[in-house]
Amino acid sequence: MNPLTSTATATAAEPAFSPARQQQVVSALRALLPEHALLSNLEDTRPYECDGLAAYRQTPMVVALPENEAQVVAVLKACRDLKVPIVPRGAGTGLSGGAMPIADGVVLSTAKFTRIVKLDPYARTAVVQPGVRNLAISEAAAAHDLYYAPDPSSQIACTIGGNVAENSGGVHCLKYGLTVHNVLRVRMVTIEGEVIELGNGALDAPGLDLLAVFVGSEGMLGVVTEVTVKLIPKPQAARVIMASFDDVVKSGNAVANVIAAGIIPAGLEMMDRTSSRMVEPFVKAGYDIDAAAILLCESDGTIEEVEEEIGRMSDVLSASGATRIEVSTSEAERLRFWSGRKNAFPAAGRISPDYYCMDGTIPRKNLAQVLLGIEQMEKKYGLRCANVFHAGDGNLHPLILFDANLAGEFHRAEEFGAEILELCVAVGGTITGEHGVGIEKINSMCVQFSPLEREAFFNVKRAFDTAFLLNPDKAIPTLQRCAEYGKMHVQRGQLKFADLPRF
Amino acid sequence: MDAELFKQQAKAQILVAGAERRPLEIRGGGSKNWYGQQVQGELLDTRAYSGVIDYEPTELVITARCGTPLAEIEALLAQHNQMLAFEPPHFGNAATLGGTVASGLSGPSRQAVGALRDFVLGAVLMDGKGDVLHFGGQVMKNVAGYDVSRLLAGSLGTLGLILEVSLKVLPLPVASSSRRFAMTEAEAIRSLNQWGGLPLPISASCWQDGMLTLRLSGAQAAVSAAEKNLGGEAVADADNFWQAIREQTHCFFAAATSQKFLWRLSLPSTTASLALPGETLIEWGGAQRWLITDVDAAQIREAAAGAGGHATLFRTNGATDKSAGVFHPLTPAVAQIHRRLKASFDPSAIFNIGRMYPDF
Repeated sequence: MNPLTSTATATAAEPAFSPARQQQVVSALRALLPEHALLSNLEDTRPYECDGLAAYRQTPMVVALPENEAQVVAVLKACRDLKVPIVPRGAGTGLSGGAMPIADGVVLSTAKFTRIVKLDPYARTAVVQPGVRNLAISEAAAAHDLYYAPDPSSQIACTIGGNVAENSGGVHCLKYGLTVHNVLRVRMVTIEGEVIELGNGALDAPGLDLLAVFVGSEGMLGVVTEVTVKLIPKPQAARVIMASFDDVVKSGNAVANVIAAGIIPAGLEMMDRTSSRMVEPFVKAGYDIDAAAILLCESDGTIEEVEEEIGRMSDVLSASGATRIEVSTSEAERLRFWSGRKNAFPAAGRISPDYYCMDGTIPRKNLAQVLLGIEQMEKKYGLRCANVFHAGDGNLHPLILFDANLAGEFHRAEEFGAEILELCVAVGGTITGEHGVGIEKINSMCVQFSPLEREAFFNVKRAFDTAFLLNPDKAIPTLQRCAEYGKMHVQRGQLKFADLPRF
Repeated sequence: MDAELFKQQAKAQILVAGAERRPLEIRGGGSKNWYGQQVQGELLDTRAYSGVIDYEPTELVITARCGTPLAEIEALLAQHNQMLAFEPPHFGNAATLGGTVASGLSGPSRQAVGALRDFVLGAVLMDGKGDVLHFGGQVMKNVAGYDVSRLLAGSLGTLGLILEVSLKVLPLPVASSSRRFAMTEAEAIRSLNQWGGLPLPISASCWQDGMLTLRLSGAQAAVSAAEKNLGGEAVADADNFWQAIREQTHCFFAAATSQKFLWRLSLPSTTASLALPGETLIEWGGAQRWLITDVDAAQIREAAAGAGGHATLFRTNGATDKSAGVFHPLTPAVAQIHRRLKASFDPSAIFNIGRMYPDF
């Protein structure tokens, strides 16, 4: 499952802390936690050295696995007193290194918080602990014909606490929203050890919307101990259209035409030819591997509603020049059509020793321009790239294929990725749609935001985390870091929209 | 006025006000001036900073300047069969986009599609130093940096001058139909919550005086099927009914006076009738309840908090005594975070001081 499976770049760093410091922190925490909830031997802390972005690694000084909120409070207070940085961690499936440890810091895992506290079908809410897996919520709600809508591809493993940290989406978020749209309340502990509730059981809360700013804050504002999520009725039916196009631009226009026709599909995904050829031998989804692009366009709702919408969408896709249209006629067929898209990442891992997944979002109208730019970067960096695209909301996942065992390839993949993100920003988009900035895209933040904007982010952080100890090295780059990065790269404002290609 | 000139003038006004520690009142059309506490300060009028900057229907995003009349934006969207799906109340012809976002209010469809804050994709803010800051963007999915643009929704101008906003827009529903049912308050609350768990295209609901009115919106087939399932009676002039609920021109709201205030109670939708004296109108599937009463604030706030929600003194109809506080008191730790955020965006403490809470 690792998108970046390179181990060649990982260096077995020497411990960046003194044994005395480790001893000091361990003995402070030992007084607060059961013995099995505290790890400090290298063989025990090693499994925490990275998250889903395995090329970025660092073993932590200490790992704490508190079992209840009181222990979280105690650990945070102790760390604050000792000035130890803390990296909160859910399932560790994140793709941007947001849970990468800090060498002289504590990893605070929510792995023991696995209880669904309350599931209320009448109110259509679930109160869950942060370590509950995303899919486990929907599984528990299924008996009531309800589910939790955001469905990131890692939903079997990823936890709701991590989803809150990353504002996770999924293939259905154009219609059903992101985590921020589906969470009603977060209970969290600040670095001061204070327990705070943001949101409540109602649809809004008094004062500033702190819940909105907390969701997606990458574990930098507080440690979540409980979440109330919205559950929604399961649609009676879902069907998907698979449409082929002989030209990527035509498929992009088809997406725009579907939306212009007043339809918000439940899912709307695009794969380019490299992607469909990559996955087809692997999953045999029945993809048209001669097509320049294929679109998967799903409708859900009542049986009558789906019938009506599938008809309207098919008409639009045909009129937009689709060369082949198939509509799923059974649930098995629907899942088969989706299987290729859902296995795009594993398929990349099958045909290439390593791959690097990017996550930019662009205004959809600029898709052709961006794909053309990526094609030219393939030549520049001498690496292949497969593109899968959440076409409805403009979120592009280029998968850069490389081999870390070949000297320089990993570095070229990183440079390639950074240049894609710069292009996304240049056409009016963003460097991350759903994977988060973490440690991976921290340099690209220098391109998207001005020094004053980054300072504003630091101020938001300080409003919650006065001690500046919660995941302090992630997401927001310092002036110094940007200055170093800027020596090699152009800042926002100096990039020109119209001058592409610009390499 | 030229956009750059407006920004220069606004910056100059902000810098002088900051240097002299003189408060400013940021105001658009003033249509919601009555909302929140009264602000004392020199006027910073946003109406000159007007106009749609970017709108591409197929991208489902509109970006406009704060002084743009809300009516102008909605008319433009309607030309392309699109809408602000959260149906923000205008409360008068003068409503602007900036004021709409700053007040953060949503209309009848909030229960189905989400609130104003859910549709904010990006914002440009002029802070207390006169610096122009961009947050979010014009795309649907964006997790770069903290989501400050959503924080501005409902901030009542306390963090700065919201210059520009990008909002997600949605297509108008293909079909709509409204149905009416005779029901007690308790029956309505129960029915709304039960229906909420079923795949029904309910886009708005309103219970008042023994009558529950539902609006169904979506694909024609879904609306027709739901009409058949739910029964009830057809509603004559339904569009005007929902418009009157959205704009509070419905006769229910006329009963509020300068002695009997209009309270907004935001509650878990399943909350049973609160047994407070006064008249009630229920929206949002039970989650928003309007109460016209002369009961004192403490009693209302206790009841709302006890149910897991909060209460806002929404309209006092000319009575200027809002000493009970307009908004529900914050817990000390949350209030502390508010003060720190305020101090960072507005270090000289000049923007709409006291509009939300007395101390910031």
